[in-house]
Amino acid sequence: MDWGQIFNQSASSIISTTTIAYALAALGLGVHFGQAGLLNMGVAGFMAVGAYGYAISILTFGFPWWLAAIVALLAAVVFAMILGVPTLRLRGDYLAIVTIAAAEVLRLLLLTVAFEEVTGSADGLYGYSGDFQAANPIPDGEYGFGPWQFNQNELWPIVIGIVLLALAVLLVWAMMRSPWGRVLRGIREDEDAVRALGKNVFAYKMQALIIGGVIIAAGGIVYTLGSNASPGVYVTSLTFFVYTIVLLGGAATVFGPVLGAVIFWVLQFFLSNLMPALVDAGVLPFMTANQAGMVRFILVGVGLMLLVIFMPQGILGNKKEMTFVK
Amino acid sequence: MRPTTRSGVSAVWRIATMLLLALGLATLLGGGPAVAAEGDPFKIAGNVQNEGEAIEGVSITVDGPGGPQTVETGPRGQWQVSVPESAEYTVVLDVDTLPEGITLDDPEDDTPETKEVTPNVPFAPKAVNFFIGEGDRESSAFATQLVQRLVQGINFGLMLGLASVGLSLVFGTTGISNFAHGEMVTFGAVIALWLGGTAFIGASLWIALPLAVLLSGLLGLAMDAVIWRPLRHRSVGVVQLMIVSIGLSLAIRYIFQYFIGGGTEQLPGSTPQKIDIIGPIRMTKVDIVSMVIAIIVIVAFALWLTYSRLGKATRAISDNPGLASASGIDVDFVVRVVWILASALAGLAGVLYAYYRPGIKWDMGTQVLLLMFAAVTLGGLGTAFGALIGALIIGIIVETSSLFIPADLRFASALAILIIILLVRPQGILGRRERIG
Repeated sequence: MDWGQIFNQSASSIISTTTIAYALAALGLGVHFGQAGLLNMGVAGFMAVGAYGYAISILTFGFPWWLAAIVALLAAVVFAMILGVPTLRLRGDYLAIVTIAAAEVLRLLLLTVAFEEVTGSADGLYGYSGDFQAANPIPDGEYGFGPWQFNQNELWPIVIGIVLLALAVLLVWAMMRSPWGRVLRGIREDEDAVRALGKNVFAYKMQALIIGGVIIAAGGIVYTLGSNASPGVYVTSLTFFVYTIVLLGGAATVFGPVLGAVIFWVLQFFLSNLMPALVDAGVLPFMTANQAGMVRFILVGVGLMLLVIFMPQGILGNKKEMTFVK
Repeated sequence: MRPTTRSGVSAVWRIATMLLLALGLATLLGGGPAVAAEGDPFKIAGNVQNEGEAIEGVSITVDGPGGPQTVETGPRGQWQVSVPESAEYTVVLDVDTLPEGITLDDPEDDTPETKEVTPNVPFAPKAVNFFIGEGDRESSAFATQLVQRLVQGINFGLMLGLASVGLSLVFGTTGISNFAHGEMVTFGAVIALWLGGTAFIGASLWIALPLAVLLSGLLGLAMDAVIWRPLRHRSVGVVQLMIVSIGLSLAIRYIFQYFIGGGTEQLPGSTPQKIDIIGPIRMTKVDIVSMVIAIIVIVAFALWLTYSRLGKATRAISDNPGLASASGIDVDFVVRVVWILASALAGLAGVLYAYYRPGIKWDMGTQVLLLMFAAVTLGGLGTAFGALIGALIIGIIVETSSLFIPADLRFASALAILIIILLVRPQGILGRRERIG
């Protein structure tokens, strides 16, 4: 067993585009679920809007990559409004059902052969990163040290991702310490009390849904920047993974979702390298390599249950603050 | 032409023969087919054959820029039209002009008689392939198909109803939106496979299937005892409970995949043979048995819920848990019974769904989880009978919508309708206004 390689792989996932994309998605969900108490179960849908909005803008409409990214973010605004208008006046679980259903409808629309020319159906979309890579200002070469070594093509999406993540964290941090953020948290704790104070609860919820949705869609863009957009990624399990991340780090905190994403992916990479290696080494004679690969997903589920029951405030959260919406 | 006097019923072995096209010269020299605008530069051509035998006199219509043109296949099955532009043309084969017993057959395509082509090289004929096979031509009459889909929809709806009433009752009595309910459906099917599958224990189906339902009930009991009852006593909030159920769903789902892998397994006893019932309605034996079982169980369940002491207590708790508890109803006991029943019904639905799909897959329950939520919401959250009505509506929508939209979007149509219903009548069909808050 090559412990060096296992630790190297796990450590390198700290700043992979996947981790950054999930961190953005978790940050957006933190605004929805942690701050405003909105049960958005359509994280996968928002990410798909970002990813496909970006890819389709380039492939079908021939936009430059930065314009495509802006179009994708605007698409997320529209998606949030479509979801929010009918449901934000209703009880919380209606938003959950509508968002999860809408995300699934969107995935099926991306998957159907009827729109294959635009969406690529089950194959997804690829071959759109030329313009993005052409805009890469980083000179050719190898960068970094230890487990974090990238060439200029790998480094470019990571740089863009980190910049986006930093901007998003700054935005959420600034908003949450503003009066607007306090009203939002007030809505989470007691909607009727805030309404009695004369605040337009619906408008606040809508703004939170849009801002969080745009951040989640930015995660979808980062996820697809340098690679491809595949409909198999945007399943409901993705939503549940992001929930696990948010609850792990601390839903009602600004940095919690980012920390959660890093821990989640380091653990995932660690287990995905460790388990098959253990099977190869004969330590787990009752498992096949495939079964060993399943164990980490089972652990995500078990971990999510234990987190919600025993540590609902997350690592960075304050136990007094995180009361779940009724 | 070879006589094809195969009876419609034995359509099981339909060999889809790919129909070849005639490339350029061969057809041109054959000189047979009518060509509408001889001088037009772009050509669309094909050759209609069934297992190497040419079929003469099949009518083919090509429509697009330059107007529609209809040709008949020549003595060697060949046809060709000339078109003025390099644009998209629709090629339609008139199924009624095919000889008796031969039909278009392409499992990948809902409308095998229609093809879209764009000729792009002048004078090089663009080939169009139709998939032809022998068998019954059921795709012809719309009304027939609609009736068949309706019956299939009712079948699917009943199955969905079996699973949804439990989801609805659990929601009503405990407030949990149970995302692990899909896994309870899969559990029934997986246990049936484990007990009855020839590769595993291989018990008789008469033993395996009832035992699978029984063990499903035990799963409900275990889940209530280990997870839900302790959480209820800690008074954990409903949103937390929902997320716990999500975690449970993920864990159980991947445990299934751990044991049965990512592929599809079949239960024994499934036959594709369809039997004529009334008029255009044709079903397999398994479909009939499955519908009968579903109806009997649903009726028995409805009677239990309406008339028995326990059923009344269940509905009382759904209405007002505090009041029910104060009236001397043992809430913990009733909730435990509800979990057992919900889980057993879900397991039964899983067994029936395994035959309906057909096949058992690790995420089969998850695939219908949202349809169950749709059924429950449509009928009115927390009302058992509403869930039944909602399930029938969803089942019929799913099956009939594939007549109008691509088949791979049929689940999407049901979910879209759920969203629309929530806009118009958020309390559902049988729900009451105060529940929507």
